Amino acid sequence: MKSEMITQEAVPWPREACRSNGKLSHALRRQTQDPLWVRLVLISLTVLLMGVLVVIPLIHVFYEALRDGLVTYGRYILADPDTRHSIVLTLIVAPIAVLCNVLFGLAAAWLVARFRFPGRTLLVAMIDIPLSVSPVVAGLSFVLLFGMQGFFGPSLRAMGIDILFTVPALIIATTFVTLPYVARELIPLMETLGPDEELAALSLGANGWQIFWRVTLPNIQWGLLYGIILCNARAMGEFGAVSVVSGRIPGETMTMPLQVELLFQDYNSPAAFALASVLTLLAVITLILKVYLEGRHHLRRPPPAWGASPTTPQEKINGTAGGTLP
Amino acid sequence: MGRIDPKVLPGYGLSLGLTMMYLVVLVVLPLGACVVNAFRMGASEFLTAVWSPRARAAYGLSFGASLIAAAVSTLIGLLIAWVLVRYDFPGRRLLDSLVDLPLALPTAVAGLVFSHLYSAGGWLGQFLVPLGIEAAYSRLAIVVVLVFVGFPFVVRTVQPVIQSLDGEEEEAALLLGANRWQTFRYVLFPALVPSLITGFALALARGLGEYGSIVFVSGNMPFKTEIAPFLIVSRLEEGGNKVLEATALATVLLAASLLMLVLINRLEAWSRRG
Repeated sequence: MKSEMITQEAVPWPREACRSNGKLSHALRRQTQDPLWVRLVLISLTVLLMGVLVVIPLIHVFYEALRDGLVTYGRYILADPDTRHSIVLTLIVAPIAVLCNVLFGLAAAWLVARFRFPGRTLLVAMIDIPLSVSPVVAGLSFVLLFGMQGFFGPSLRAMGIDILFTVPALIIATTFVTLPYVARELIPLMETLGPDEELAALSLGANGWQIFWRVTLPNIQWGLLYGIILCNARAMGEFGAVSVVSGRIPGETMTMPLQVELLFQDYNSPAAFALASVLTLLAVITLILKVYLEGRHHLRRPPPAWGASPTTPQEKINGTAGGTLP
Repeated sequence: MGRIDPKVLPGYGLSLGLTMMYLVVLVVLPLGACVVNAFRMGASEFLTAVWSPRARAAYGLSFGASLIAAAVSTLIGLLIAWVLVRYDFPGRRLLDSLVDLPLALPTAVAGLVFSHLYSAGGWLGQFLVPLGIEAAYSRLAIVVVLVFVGFPFVVRTVQPVIQSLDGEEEEAALLLGANRWQTFRYVLFPALVPSLITGFALALARGLGEYGSIVFVSGNMPFKTEIAPFLIVSRLEEGGNKVLEATALATVLLAASLLMLVLINRLEAWSRRG
């Protein structure tokens, strides 16, 4: 009903007249196409740029990692106990950080998309802060908070708790850096969905948890998964903040990216590339899942080719209204 | 879409409490600690820390390299977004997905690969170094890596806007006698400006804070290839009094990124209206 109304309003009649006159419309379409040589030059430039910036580096990682054969590759990753530990540590730190941010993202989205209150705009802006603050500044801030000269350091020490240069510090720093990813995905989604279904559930006698589990969560599950995937990719790759709070203790507080740097500085490039290839593989899997979710569940759908399939007005509206910080 | 003002739905108190507590503990307290520590220093001490020749060089390089990289990213991003939306060619969907790779790839991996590719014996360096183009362990290396991490922001900001241009204005311009270039210059480009500026600002903000990839490619030589975040880390690692200096340097960088955040929010509101 709604989309029909928009369609009728959005197409003014002269254009419709052009359309009905097939010949004129076809001529116009051809003339608003760029000339063939322009198209070829621009496409070649794009392919060249994407090749140099993205494709060649991607291939290079796997080439360098595998050039000594699969057996050596396996040894680089599995033989060194410090490298093994870094993989395990990343697999501990990232999921915990993601879980924290999922809980936060759900609470923040429910709050921002379902209620109006003073300071709402400020709160939304605060969620974005970790995206623009340098990870190094974030790391330093946690050092100031938990270090021996810091606010909490001495009193925590008195209780026998050390946070700086331990795994909890890595988790806190990673959580800070990845804080916005789930919330930024859920807030616009829940605003688009609107409160109608939840209100209906409420009027039928559902309580808060029932509304959340049976109405809200099924509606946002794919958006939530999308946010989790992006958040996890960022969490596994985090370098700056983690590097500052870790104290770089080999075999104890080195996550995979930190271990890559350590190996690189030890002039052990093959091992660094082997470990980097694992991280790259995770990034590629992330991209594949992302494309799958976008295609299957219409989350931030990639644009169709110009003229290949006409966008509906509704899609146009969705396309322009989306957020921009990925 | 009606949002309910009287808090009919349950969970207002719970979600408000959780969200506020989380933000206070993870964002307000740490960043507050940074600012408070910097203010404790006293003005002259603060100024000597942030205005030392080495700090000035590091800030200059950070801002300069980020500005250049953001400008290059804007150009490249516009081109890629335009081609991906307007032209159909084999591999288009694949390229479109690969645009997101720099956002998903750990920065340390990017740094490692780029330092290798452009060094004298590397795949690209073997052609570029004889030509005098040193894109490893140089200022150019920093710009190259920042373009890598920055251009997806521009593509993803501009892409939906190009997609939303429905061709009506172009047809009108054509019927009024404009050629293709005039149409682009006077009709299409002005419509893209807000999103281009937003993308530029996003790439700039990302570049200012970038650390992971640059550590690998720049060589980190003071006065030459040392960026501000690296200077902060090395001061912090020196310990003692130098921690205060690191805090002062970090506060300046923090202020710059918060300014960028406000600017980006304004720009996004503007491009949504325009």
